[in-house]
Amino acid sequence: MRRGAFVRELLRRPQGAFGVGWLTLIVLSALISRFWTPLDPFDTDPYSAWLTPSFGHPFGTDSVGRDIFSYVFAATGTTVVVAVASGVVATVVGVGLAALGSLTARWVRESVAVLIDVLVAFPTLLIAMALAAAFGGSLTVVVVAVGVGYGVTIARVSRSEIRQVARTDYVLAARANGLGTGAVLRRHVLPNIAPVVVVQLSLSMATSVLAEAGLSFLGYGAPADTASWGRLLSDLQKFIGVHPGSVVWPGLAITLTVLALNLLGDAVRDASDPRLRSRRTGRGTPGSPSTPAPSTAPPRATAPGAAGTPTTPGVVS
Amino acid sequence: MSLVIDDLTVTVGDRRVVDGLSLDVPDGARVGLIGESGSGKSMTTLAVLGLLPDGARATGSIRLDGRELLGASERELAGLRGRVVGTVFQDPRTALDPVVTVGRQIAEPLRLHGRVGRRDARARAVAAAAEVGLPDPETVVDLYPHQLSGGQRQRVGIAMALINRPGLVLADEPTTALDVTTQAEVLALFQRLVDEQRTSLLFVTHDLAVLSRITDHAAVLSHGRVVERGPVEQLLHRPEHEVTRGLVEATRATTWRAS
Amino acid sequence: MTRFVVGRLLLFVGGLAVASVLIFATLRLLPGDVAQAIAGTTGSPEQVAALRQQLGLDRPVVVQYLDWAGGLVRLDLGESLVTGTPVIDEVLDKLAVTLPLAALSLVFGLLIGIPLGVTSALRRGRASGVVLGTGAQLLAAVPVVWAGMLLIGVFAVTLRLLPTQGFPADGWSEPGRALRSLVLPALTIGIVEGAVLLRFTRSAALGALDQDYVRTAAANGMTRSRALVKHGLPNVMLSVVSILGLQVAGLIVSAVVIEQLFTLPGLGRMLVTDVGRRDLTKVQGELMTLTTLVLFIGLVIDLVHRRLDPRLREGDR
Repeated sequence: MRRGAFVRELLRRPQGAFGVGWLTLIVLSALISRFWTPLDPFDTDPYSAWLTPSFGHPFGTDSVGRDIFSYVFAATGTTVVVAVASGVVATVVGVGLAALGSLTARWVRESVAVLIDVLVAFPTLLIAMALAAAFGGSLTVVVVAVGVGYGVTIARVSRSEIRQVARTDYVLAARANGLGTGAVLRRHVLPNIAPVVVVQLSLSMATSVLAEAGLSFLGYGAPADTASWGRLLSDLQKFIGVHPGSVVWPGLAITLTVLALNLLGDAVRDASDPRLRSRRTGRGTPGSPSTPAPSTAPPRATAPGAAGTPTTPGVVS
Repeated sequence: MSLVIDDLTVTVGDRRVVDGLSLDVPDGARVGLIGESGSGKSMTTLAVLGLLPDGARATGSIRLDGRELLGASERELAGLRGRVVGTVFQDPRTALDPVVTVGRQIAEPLRLHGRVGRRDARARAVAAAAEVGLPDPETVVDLYPHQLSGGQRQRVGIAMALINRPGLVLADEPTTALDVTTQAEVLALFQRLVDEQRTSLLFVTHDLAVLSRITDHAAVLSHGRVVERGPVEQLLHRPEHEVTRGLVEATRATTWRAS
Repeated sequence: MTRFVVGRLLLFVGGLAVASVLIFATLRLLPGDVAQAIAGTTGSPEQVAALRQQLGLDRPVVVQYLDWAGGLVRLDLGESLVTGTPVIDEVLDKLAVTLPLAALSLVFGLLIGIPLGVTSALRRGRASGVVLGTGAQLLAAVPVVWAGMLLIGVFAVTLRLLPTQGFPADGWSEPGRALRSLVLPALTIGIVEGAVLLRFTRSAALGALDQDYVRTAAANGMTRSRALVKHGLPNVMLSVVSILGLQVAGLIVSAVVIEQLFTLPGLGRMLVTDVGRRDLTKVQGELMTLTTLVLFIGLVIDLVHRRLDPRLREGDR
């Protein structure tokens, strides 16, 4: 599908538009906050503790007088770095493992298949805790845990896709003509599994944002000198009895970012499905849900025939 | 039981899938509705049953023995479906509930419309299974749909449709999804049962050869409109409309006819 | 049937074996010397050496692993490096909080997710359906910690209906009080996991709506809604059972974080503490317990699913 058409399809849908829009905002914030924030996020001023939102402090201040807005703003950098790193690791691990489990000798394939099935059940958080116990908490731990934990899920999804592609006639012909495994992978397999992998990529990033928040909350994610939404939640948690409202901002930031990533995944999947492209009427199917970790994406509701009419069940003769 | 469809129009969104269709199925008659995919034939069947998909609207009149069906309540229609109107659907792979035994599905119309106890229902399901030629009926009724072949599942569908001895049978491409040999068998079965039970029949298909075997009169549908109608022999040998001619050509193209 | 059961049991045992190796290996990667870490700066080299021997850390790694694994089979998880008390005792003690929490969360999740999921599918085009669908998507993106904080803010702080934190010191001797302490935590997990379940159920129900056999049932003499309930719903439930395993894994993971937030004396909270104290023996035992829980529930659900779906039993005939 042509790139321009794809992007148009993506942005036409509200999920895609919101996803792209919000994530652009986050990425821009991450870049800008490297060089400038309204106030120093770590600047403490006990006399300014717990100020209500005002022009000088749009989100108010926390127990030690830090400006919450600046902190949340600065933390976007952490989020983006972790998300991208996790996504890359997960994809590499996932596709690599999947390729290993599809295009190699039989005994390798079988062992990898069993390995994937076993590993898929392991929750990411537990992997992270094990790593944290060995190496101490850090963002690297988060990235590796999500990368490996979600990577296995990606491996499972990709593997079934790869097997389908590997069985097609053109791949068999290519191999019969002596095309090596590497070339087959590059030229035939990867382009075909790309849409699925992209969707999984966005889901893995969503997982990483939640994982980083959770682990930082527990104290095993971002270190104290790195701004992190999860850490802020942990700091504010102690005072929830007296200042329940302050937690709104970091939590909202996490929620919207995860939502944006999920919706983007949905939108990418819908936009790359030729059956769902609209015509004049401009209506696609109602959003098929994808889920962030820990579940894998559920099956989609059946799409209608080629026309862009509202969904109709069963037979149209 | 007679069915009179008068100026039926079915719209889905802004499209007319059935446009001013009028069709008569007198008591005991066997009438065909033929056309290509998308011509609106299935929609007609669904309109009669009151099972049009969400977003579809029907206007006109559909009278079963004089009783108006369009606009009748869901309750009323449900009372007629499976009792006085039996339906056989097209795809045997998907028309049956995968987690319910075949016997219980055959007996479902019985239990819905009458006070039939479980043992009675099973016995009658076994009898119905035998009637449609299913092998080893006593065992078959306890099997699940995925354990039967396509042809066998379609026989189940027929048994289900006829178990209450309905006055009218609607058959929506019942043999289309089957291979040619099975098609012939199932068609023969269908013919025999409709003959024996003397039901009226509305048979929907895209295959003129099949139609010629089982119906006497037919209407040709194209884009929701009737473009030609008459005795099937006439449609087959002296087609007037180009759509009809196209259908005749398609028949000749198949080398193996169900004869 | 037995072939499948045996195979699945083997997968379970295999999973446990792989988990034990991975957990052991990861924790042994700890940089530095465990004995040294425990002895601290005050210990003399002889004392450290003696400690090392006492803990069995001077033996080959494989021997250490086999020793530990052997203990696992006997339900002997070793002794705490910090306090010396048997790990299994503490684990069982904490499970008395974590298991009821997980169970209650599952109940809440099912009660929220399934009925609302079905409803949102039935009300597909209408406002209520859309609201439910988007609401679920939003909730599924919420970090469970934040949800907990918000609920605390509303129910505990503002309305003062439930305790903010903590669990009765005398445990379950007063069931009513103990249960009250679990309501808010379980509700938090239930809402977030329920949102995920809602979206999956909705997708499955939408698929069921389109199924031909629902139409056949209506043609047999049922009203459309009754056909949906009698024939569509069982098939939907079957799909839901298949992802329940993943759901439970997510539940247990959420419990770790939630126990921290609500200061519940459960296994998760103990794990977090022990990771911080680098009490490797305890961490090993706790991780192994949690992983076993996850794998076991996955096993049970797989077996139940197989029992319920006649299509899966086909291989036995």
